[in-house]
Amino acid sequence: MSTFALDQIHQQLPEALVERYVDRAGDAWGVIKPEQIPHVAKLLKERLGFRMFISMDAVDRLHLPAEEQDPRFEVLYFLRSVERNELARLKVRVNEGDEVHSIRGVYQGANWGERFVWDFYGVSFKGHGDLRRLLMYEEFKGHALRKDYPLRGRQGLMPERPLKDLFRGPGTNGVAD
Amino acid sequence: MASDTDIAPILTTRRDEATGFLQKVISKGLGWARKYSLFTYPFATACCGMEYMSVAASRYDISRFGAEFPRFSPRQADLLMVVGTINLKQAPILKRVYEQMTEPKWVVSFGVCASSGGFYDNYAVLQGIDRIIPVDVYIPGCPPRPEQVLDGLMMLQDKIASEHHGLGNKAKLPERPGYRDIVLSK
Ligand code: SF4
Repeated sequence: MSTFALDQIHQQLPEALVERYVDRAGDAWGVIKPEQIPHVAKLLKERLGFRMFISMDAVDRLHLPAEEQDPRFEVLYFLRSVERNELARLKVRVNEGDEVHSIRGVYQGANWGERFVWDFYGVSFKGHGDLRRLLMYEEFKGHALRKDYPLRGRQGLMPERPLKDLFRGPGTNGVAD
Repeated sequence: MASDTDIAPILTTRRDEATGFLQKVISKGLGWARKYSLFTYPFATACCGMEYMSVAASRYDISRFGAEFPRFSPRQADLLMVVGTINLKQAPILKRVYEQMTEPKWVVSFGVCASSGGFYDNYAVLQGIDRIIPVDVYIPGCPPRPEQVLDGLMMLQDKIASEHHGLGNKAKLPERPGYRDIVLSK
C-alpha cells in the first residue's frame, strides 16, 4: 500500500500533520489540523496529482470509549490520484462548535460533501460560503446522523391523519401507537 | 374526527339513493365503463418503479386490464399509483398531486414502503401514505410480484364496479370538507 501522499505531507507540511496511523484494514490515514486542511488539499491537488475528489463523510464518536470521545467528530476526506492509483485518506478531528476550514476553493466537488456533513452532523465549514442543508429540508431541526439524534425522530412537514397502528412505527401526529 | 378525514369513496353511496332499477342499471354501466378505463398516474420514487415498468411492459401487460395509459399530469389521471418509498420531504408533494386529481379518483399503494414505510423505520420516511391520503388498495411485497399488482388492480376494479352512483338523484349530497379545511379548522 503506497503511502506517497502521507509521506509528502509529512515532508512538506509537517506542521499540518497531527498523527499517522494504519487502520485495521491496513489502510494508512493522516490526521490533519482543522485549519490546515485547505493547504494540504492544495498540495495534494496541485503538486502531487491527487486531482480527483472522491467523497467526504464524518463520524460521530459519541458512544466510543471515553478516550476516543474527544474531539467528538471526525471529518473524513478521500482524494484519489488516477496517475498513481492511490487513494489518500485524510481526517480532521473537531469538537462540537469548532469549524473546519473549507476545501471548496480547491476541490469544487467538496461543495456538496461539506453541505452533506453540515446537514447530517452539524460540523460547519469556514469559508464555504453556501452552507445549506443538502438532503434534509430546511425546516428540519437537529442533525439526523448524530448518535444522540433519536432513531425515529421524524419531523413531519404536514399534519398526518390521526391513525393508530400497532405494526408500524409512530408517525408524527402525536397519537401514541 | 377520523371518519371526517376519510374522504375515500368519491361518488358517495347513500344506501337509499341507488335503489331504483334505473339507478342500478346506470351504476352498473358506469362502473363497468370506469373499471376498464383507468388512467394511471405513477408516482414512482424508488425501486418498486422497476416493478411497475415490468407490470406495464409486454410480459405482464397491465393494458389487458384497461389501465395501460400512464398520464404524467395528475389532472388527466384517475388512478394514483404510489410506487416506492415516500419520505417526509415528499409527503406534501404527494398530497398536492392527490388534490390536483379530478374526481372520481382512486389510490393504490404499491409495495410495503408506500403501505407502511417498509423497513425504513427511521427519521426520514413517512410510515405509510395512508397517513396523508386515503388508500383503496394496498399491494404488499418488497417489491410485489407483477401478478400481485394485477391482482390488486382487479380488486380495485371490483371495487369500482360495485360502486353506486347517485345519478338522477336531485337530493344534495352532504358537503364534504376538504382535508385542508379540516386541518385549518383545528
Ligand atoms: S417496497 Fe421494497 S422494492 Fe418497493 S420501494 Fe420499498 S424497498 Fe424498494
